[in-house]
Amino acid sequence: MSEARRFTEDEVQRYARHIILPNVGGAGQRKLLDASVLVIGAGGLGSPIALYLAAAGVGKIGVVDFDAVDVSNLQRQILHTNADVGRSKVESALEHLRAINPTIEVVGHDQLLFSTNVFEVMEPYDVVVDGTDNFPVRYLVNDATQFLGKPLVYGSIYQFEGQATVFMPGKETPCYRCLFPTPPPPGTVPSCAEGGVFGVLPGVIGSIQATEAIKLITGEGDTLEGRLLLYDALDMSFQEVKIRWDADCPVCGKEPTITELIDYEQFCGVPARPE
Amino acid sequence: MPVQVKLPTILRKHAGGEPKVSAEGATLRDVLDDLETKYPGITKNVRSEDGGLHRFINVYLNDEDVRYLGSLETEVGEGDTVSILPAVAGGSPG
Repeated sequence: MSEARRFTEDEVQRYARHIILPNVGGAGQRKLLDASVLVIGAGGLGSPIALYLAAAGVGKIGVVDFDAVDVSNLQRQILHTNADVGRSKVESALEHLRAINPTIEVVGHDQLLFSTNVFEVMEPYDVVVDGTDNFPVRYLVNDATQFLGKPLVYGSIYQFEGQATVFMPGKETPCYRCLFPTPPPPGTVPSCAEGGVFGVLPGVIGSIQATEAIKLITGEGDTLEGRLLLYDALDMSFQEVKIRWDADCPVCGKEPTITELIDYEQFCGVPARPE
Repeated sequence: MPVQVKLPTILRKHAGGEPKVSAEGATLRDVLDDLETKYPGITKNVRSEDGGLHRFINVYLNDEDVRYLGSLETEVGEGDTVSILPAVAGGSPG
């Protein structure tokens, strides 16, 4: 980092509650302003993630999505409003992020991620936050962050249940494939648009992901690295299980068998998406 | 000895919607067998055809992945909780 520039008057006021907060302070706020985060998906998880990161003053936020806002999204995707129905999610997201914080840079990536473009999209960012809704992109994002050496904040939801963790690049640290080496065969586990989702659930999990992204940037506190946090909204219970580095992991194990990106076929009943 | 088994949402339909059930056994294998007897079909997607554990579903004894304990031979005891955790892809189902 180059010599720290001083906060502007607006920044001092805007981030006052962070600047006076122990474990963030001026130094932490400076790191946030100098940081860049890529948010993958501008939907249920991506909404609180992007909103909180923008409000917190993360200097540059990239948002990836290819979809348009549908009225059925509004039950949980709080980044978009009724007036945005039919608009591109990225366009709507950027507008609302700018409305919350016009002093940061927001960048739209209105596209699907494939092996051919994911490196280029991720490259400029310090931290990647995964808010996707399908296995092919989850595996692509995991593998790409491992290959690029970028931290990944993972979150996933199903009906009333959610999971979150942090995957760090580097030696003998777990990645998503240490947890689940390959995508499940179609039809064996829930995915995508099956079975509905409790509207507040992504708010809880996405907010946890935003928390972890901020901690990765400021370097304060303990992240969820090595721990998978499980949340059940019906029981209102949190549980933690350990995630260990798997020496046999196909991506980050001792003898990796996956050394390049894979485009898995779309499945789980979701039609193939346009390229 | 009874252990608690925490079920993910997708398996609850086999157990009348219950998020948590009790099962008997000295090892994880016994517990899964007992579950299958009580709730037929519940372990179909947990165990593979060859009798091992599927890699897209993880099973934990308390907070530890059973693969790092003894897989199906992992000993269980009273007061333990077995959690079954499938890979979940959801984020923002459209």
